[in-house]
Amino acid sequence: MTEPAAALPIPPEIAPERTLNAAQWGMASFLVSEVAFFSTLIVAYVTFLGRDVVGPLPAEALSLKLAFGTTLCLVASSIFIHFAEGALRRGNNASFKLLWAATIALGVAFLVGTAYEWHDLIFEKQLTISRNLFGTTYYTLVGFHGLHVTVGVIAMSIILLLAARGAITKEHETGVQLVSWYWHFVDVVWIVVFLVVYVGAKGGSV
Amino acid sequence: MATVDHPQRLARSGIAADAASRGWAAALHEWTTTVDHKKIGIMYVLMSLVFLVIGGIEALLMRWQLFYPRAEVIGPNVFNQLFTMHGTTMVFFVGMPILIGIGNYMLPLMLGARDMAFPRLNAFGFWITLFGGLLVYLSFITGAAPEIGWFAYAPLTEHTFDRNAGTDFWALGLLISGIGTIGAAVNFIATILGMRAPGMTMRKIPFFAWTMLWTSFQMLLAIPPLTAALVMVLFDRQLGAHFFDVQNGGSAYLWQHLFWFFGHPEVYILILPVFGMVSEVIPVFSRKVLFGYEFMAAATMAIAFISLGVWAHHMFCVGMSRTLDLYFAAASLIVSIPTGIKFFNWLATIYGGRVSLQSPMLFCFGFLSMFLIGGLTGIMLAAAPFDFQLSDSYFVVGHFHWVLIGGTLFGTFAGIYYWYPKVTGRMLSERLAHWHFWLLYIGFILTFGPMHVSGILGMPRRIYTYDPSRDWEWWNQLTTIGALVQTPSYAIFVYNLIASLWKGKPAVDDPWDAWTLEWTTSSPPPSYNFETQPIVHSRRPLWDLKHPDDPDWQYE
Repeated sequence: MTEPAAALPIPPEIAPERTLNAAQWGMASFLVSEVAFFSTLIVAYVTFLGRDVVGPLPAEALSLKLAFGTTLCLVASSIFIHFAEGALRRGNNASFKLLWAATIALGVAFLVGTAYEWHDLIFEKQLTISRNLFGTTYYTLVGFHGLHVTVGVIAMSIILLLAARGAITKEHETGVQLVSWYWHFVDVVWIVVFLVVYVGAKGGSV
Repeated sequence: MATVDHPQRLARSGIAADAASRGWAAALHEWTTTVDHKKIGIMYVLMSLVFLVIGGIEALLMRWQLFYPRAEVIGPNVFNQLFTMHGTTMVFFVGMPILIGIGNYMLPLMLGARDMAFPRLNAFGFWITLFGGLLVYLSFITGAAPEIGWFAYAPLTEHTFDRNAGTDFWALGLLISGIGTIGAAVNFIATILGMRAPGMTMRKIPFFAWTMLWTSFQMLLAIPPLTAALVMVLFDRQLGAHFFDVQNGGSAYLWQHLFWFFGHPEVYILILPVFGMVSEVIPVFSRKVLFGYEFMAAATMAIAFISLGVWAHHMFCVGMSRTLDLYFAAASLIVSIPTGIKFFNWLATIYGGRVSLQSPMLFCFGFLSMFLIGGLTGIMLAAAPFDFQLSDSYFVVGHFHWVLIGGTLFGTFAGIYYWYPKVTGRMLSERLAHWHFWLLYIGFILTFGPMHVSGILGMPRRIYTYDPSRDWEWWNQLTTIGALVQTPSYAIFVYNLIASLWKGKPAVDDPWDAWTLEWTTSSPPPSYNFETQPIVHSRRPLWDLKHPDDPDWQYE
């Protein structure tokens, strides 16, 4: 006697997954590696604090006022890029370009401030990378941060040029968003550097 | 839905056929400009095999020098260069690239994706890794390869003590290839987390993907500190900075911390993907599902996290505080718990299965037996008092070769034998595979077993010769003979790889009757991987296709 063939089991419906997309995961994991990189430089900076045999020491060399000004530039730029991103998402291209250009200008202002600071440090205060441990760790940490700011400014300028030619629209939202993540990251690193290096120099008895 | 048997078989375009049909120049152009994850994966593996041969020759030269006491075959300087280059090559230009290469080839296929998330970043990562390797080797033409050991302890690397350019080549080469490795890690994470086939939730991904995910996570956290440390060395040497310059307040101790913060996770970067490969092979050749998938995944994650906090067990003899010694010893011992979970799960997978001893499974058994011993000597060394006695002796050299060859290499060979038919459309010769396995197995035990003994007898690592009165020669001679027994096994392997491209038995799409998605495409896969997007309902999508009346998803 033969059993009637059982109906094949029917697989369940597949619910679409809602997580980050691949590009967002990529930028997020790249930024994790950057966190590891800057943490190492900060560890080196802190390790050598107070172990210098010759000056100038942080308290003598650094200007908190100037650093506060450049910090304000970067914090403001993070706010501008946030609203620029929102403008693009709403399809408001004109205000996107304006806010984006303001972000770039603030990034450039930060770099100019740093250049002025370094000129003063090198030529007035005789602090170079080979002068003492403070110089060694300071220029490495702040220099790599400045390099990241420069890369960000270049990336944002390319996007601005493309936007001026009408080549950046709402559908490029993810790319613009990833650049903005990078820029926020660069700002957060700077806030840590500002607290550890500049505020630390004035606050601690180094 | 993908079908098991492709009705319209796609044109087979193996590597050999590729080159033969279109001429070498066209093929070369295609391979150097490709962004296809499969071609990049193959190039990674080929690069690693070339560096494996170079690193092996360096090892043989060292063993020749150590065969007799007071031998004068190559002399101290060349010996220093050889152990530096051997270690650097094997870790950075064989171990990591071969695993990244296999991951590159296999992951998109196993996840049901057409390519990696960032194909151009992928190509960039390969070329920059290769050029990093070439840069390190370029130091030979300056007449002075680095003589600093693979861990390049400061202040030996400072300009004061080391004025030849080899160290600069070394640092720059590793810096560059490290950037490539981070690119690969970013790509793996984006692919695994963002490009899986519909229905393939994180609880259903092939186990190899789990391990590649956590390996990538470790790369993201471990390689940048090395990059930063290499930048510091270069700044010290080129710009007069003082990071590791002890005369000006710098710290040699900082280098050790930074290097081992990279160096310890590195050994897990080299073993986790292998855990994944054997976890793919063992179930298929035991005809059972992987035992305790969830526990295996959790154990992988636990290893990835714990191993980031154990680096200073390489530094017990530096003279840290007793508190630090205790912490790092305890943390290191804890890694053995998730590793033990994995081990028993593999055994439970095999237990009661219908085991077939074809070459991939044979290498898995090699892996299981040898990795166990390497793990146990690791536990011995994690105990600080034991380490005080045997640190920097040949016991340590024996231990890590036991793990890296008995673990990483045997497991990698299992993966290569398993996936070769998919990649080339040809089967490897089983007879040659067995020769390869037994020569390697016996030669390996003979090489690295005696190292434990010479270490206990007090032989320090990195010495270029020794006095006959020490009674180390018998053990060194055994080691050298072991190296000579191993050598032909690699030659057989390479011959098998090349000869089977032409003479191998043609492979069907699914020669091992396996269960993961890569076996649903043709062998070799077409450039777009899948004709239609596969849909996944369980951990063994191919089982579901083969057994529509009793699919896995009913039970998961």
